[in-house]
Amino acid sequence: MTDLLTPGEQTEPPASTGRRSSSGTLRFVLGKLGGAVISVAFVAALGFLLFRVLPGDPVLTMTRGRPTTPEALAELRLRFGLDDPLWKQFLDYVGGLFRGDFGTSYAYSRPVGEMILERVGPTLLLVGTGTVLAVILGMWIGIRGAWEHGSRFDRTTTSLALTLWSVPTFWLGLLLLMVTGNLFPSGGMVDPSTPKEFLPQLLDIGHHLVLPCITFVAVVYAQYQLVMRSSLLEEMGADYLNTARAKGMREDMVRRKHAVPNAMLPAITLVFLHLGLVVQGAITVETVFSWPGLGLLLYEALSYPDLPLLQGVFTVLAGSVVAMNVVADLLYRVFDPRVRAV
Amino acid sequence: MSAGRRLAGFLSALVCGALLAAPVAVPAHAQQEQQPGPVLRVGLLQNIDSLNPFLAVFQSSTELGRLMYDFLNSNAAKDNAPAPGLAEKWESSPDKLTWTYTIRSGAKWSDGTSITAKDVAFTYNLMMTNDAAATANGSFVSTFESVTAKDERTLVIKTKTPQATMLSLDVPIVPEHLWSKVSDIGKFGNDQMPVVGSGPFVLTEHKPDQFIRLKANKDYWRGAPKIDELQFIYFKNSDAAVQALRKGEVDLINRLTPTQYQALGGDANITLNKAQGRRFSELLINPGAATRDNVAIGDGNAALKDVRVRKAISQGIDTKALVDRVLKGFGEQGKGIIPPVFTDFHWEPTAAEANKFDPAAANKALDDLGYRKGADGVRISTDGKPLKLRLYARNDRPNDVTSGEYIKQWMLDIGIAVDYTTISGNQMNEQTNTGNYDLAFSGWGTNPDPDYILSLNTCSQRPGADGKGGTTASYMCDRTYDELYAKQLAEFDRAKRAELVKQAQARYNEVRPSLVLYYENALEAYRSDKFSGFAKQPEGNGVIREQNGVWGYYGAVPAGASESGGSSNTGVLIGVVIAIVVIGGIAIVVLSRRRKAASDDRE
Repeated sequence: MTDLLTPGEQTEPPASTGRRSSSGTLRFVLGKLGGAVISVAFVAALGFLLFRVLPGDPVLTMTRGRPTTPEALAELRLRFGLDDPLWKQFLDYVGGLFRGDFGTSYAYSRPVGEMILERVGPTLLLVGTGTVLAVILGMWIGIRGAWEHGSRFDRTTTSLALTLWSVPTFWLGLLLLMVTGNLFPSGGMVDPSTPKEFLPQLLDIGHHLVLPCITFVAVVYAQYQLVMRSSLLEEMGADYLNTARAKGMREDMVRRKHAVPNAMLPAITLVFLHLGLVVQGAITVETVFSWPGLGLLLYEALSYPDLPLLQGVFTVLAGSVVAMNVVADLLYRVFDPRVRAV
Repeated sequence: MSAGRRLAGFLSALVCGALLAAPVAVPAHAQQEQQPGPVLRVGLLQNIDSLNPFLAVFQSSTELGRLMYDFLNSNAAKDNAPAPGLAEKWESSPDKLTWTYTIRSGAKWSDGTSITAKDVAFTYNLMMTNDAAATANGSFVSTFESVTAKDERTLVIKTKTPQATMLSLDVPIVPEHLWSKVSDIGKFGNDQMPVVGSGPFVLTEHKPDQFIRLKANKDYWRGAPKIDELQFIYFKNSDAAVQALRKGEVDLINRLTPTQYQALGGDANITLNKAQGRRFSELLINPGAATRDNVAIGDGNAALKDVRVRKAISQGIDTKALVDRVLKGFGEQGKGIIPPVFTDFHWEPTAAEANKFDPAAANKALDDLGYRKGADGVRISTDGKPLKLRLYARNDRPNDVTSGEYIKQWMLDIGIAVDYTTISGNQMNEQTNTGNYDLAFSGWGTNPDPDYILSLNTCSQRPGADGKGGTTASYMCDRTYDELYAKQLAEFDRAKRAELVKQAQARYNEVRPSLVLYYENALEAYRSDKFSGFAKQPEGNGVIREQNGVWGYYGAVPAGASESGGSSNTGVLIGVVIAIVVIGGIAIVVLSRRRKAASDDRE
């Protein structure tokens, strides 16, 4: 498992010279950044082409089901530049991206960038809180489970985690809605009647956050628990732990000071891989609880389908994955000396 | 115990405490805020595409537009018939080309400015001269020659041809003194709160995908609404909306499924409304798609060009069974393309005209036409191949998807093999717009004025030579039908026009480019312990929401003087108890760990 999740570099023997050159680090950073830029460019192009392949005339989608004259159809085509050849539309799109302009939404007649910005906050709040809680909960249970593996605690938590992991998010969310009765609101982020002052808003948002957050955590924490558990199990037979015990160290300290730090790497990798997915991670949760985030926006863009909005959200989501992977690569050098040595 | 863990314990206790305390704190604040008067809270399942009435096309947005702005005419709550709006009376010239409307005096914009004929003229002229302003409602002014305000109260509209629809101009009128300053209508969001309007409510706040707030317009010319505030709360998930109604978080919801509707039946605080809907569902039968110049397009099965085959297929379909099994009884069997909710224009076929489910007769008709059955029970087409039809259903319309399974089986019973596929809405548009279908599910929401839905089936609505520009509903092209269509558009006597409209539907039934399957009921529910007085349109079996007007919301009155129900208080109480238990539990765990750690250290 460890081998699968950590970069290949770590299996190579450490270089003989202890001092690493600063130019090597610079080259590494620049290389990673260059790779990221290429990835983002590729993603932007793919996003453009992917959604052009969707069948159907956007203008007819926009007007289906209400009175329209042929002149009105022609005007819509002109306004959204749909009569231009594909290459020109692509150049306009790329040019717009450089100016931070994602185009205008077909359905909402608003700048796509503005719509995305509106949604980033709620999504980060929900998925950020959820991920932090899931990591803490998963790791804590994982560590305890591995240390006492085979115990009743280990067996119950592992099967519970697997059960929750395999439960459909949609179903779990609805179930929570039903069983919690009047305790929590049925959807949304804040009640329209809540006063606009900071504290009531904060409390109300917190109140609305509980159910979506629990649903999110319940479904994702299992992976952190299982990775942490298995990686700690691998460390448990290691000689250095016996050495530590032989020094007279308490079991608690052996675990905390020696075993856990060494078992931490795969879990950290997993966390960073997931940070990139944070923004898009909650499409289902956001839909069940009508949480006004990016996931909901993507869902709406898809059901319309609203090409500029789809393209914009797609580019932002893919871009955040790329950015987080770069961050993970860079941080990895800090956490694992073996990578730095290469 | 490490400082890190202590900190984590403290933080998690704090977070849990705060989250669970929230239900205690918030309603207390909310109640203070709500003191001014009753707030009607409505669950909204569709989001808002634009607040700009010239661009808004979603049903939710046009409904919001009706609340914010008045129209030249309205549709009566009683029977959908044209009634006074901003215009209190009107007359037309003998040649029916010049219409003179008298705008009522005393009507005011919500900023206090008087509403005059100039505002109306400005709105229509803007749509006639600015392409972006014509986006949503341009078709209403497409035959206008000129619109002028003779004085503050007199509006004159000249049309190029006689228009029977001059009392059904479904266009929100905007204030000239503000909108004349807008430079680019196509990009204008109309979100400067509060938005100056003339309807019974004034828009004061909009959070996309979260909620909409409207305050009662005290100066509304019909009189101020009985409620102080109207809130639309957005739900992406209709089951959550149902749950919110049960809990009392919202007071009115619609677009219920039969299952949801039936499940709400047992609640004493909730009143259900089963209304006649404005929508019809149909099965398109490709009659031989062609362009406006009669050049055949698409790959529809040639056998379907024969109207006798189209009728035999119709006879093989049991629309009664579809209503009973697919709609669970919440609907009516299909007849004409105008639903029975519009009583004046709905067509009732005679026994001879009506489509009767009769597989034996269908089999005989196909036998007589020379489509013999092969060894496998599938008929052989004239070209020697098996008679096999493609059937498309949109995957986002569950009723169509289920109906498709029944129809596939029924077709097999009359010796027609069906290749049934579900596709996306967009793919469906692509297939039908290019004529590449044999059978396909479709359907339309209709308006009180029958003109639009009838117009969709005229020859000229078929696409141009480039395959673009048409919005035909069925690829129908029939001279008799087109003549009836033109006659009804020029007939200004409502009763005579209704007669022509019915004849057009009878002709449609005769040509059979589609079979009207059923009219679905609109299912709504509201908290009758909190509100009553919702006016239905039409009276008796009509809808409360998504009307051609705002009578439902406008009529709402708070029920009795009952304060917010005990249920929410119990909720708060439970919240407090759980918060105490959780915080207490965390405290105990933290303390015991501390003690344990301390005793560990002593060893």
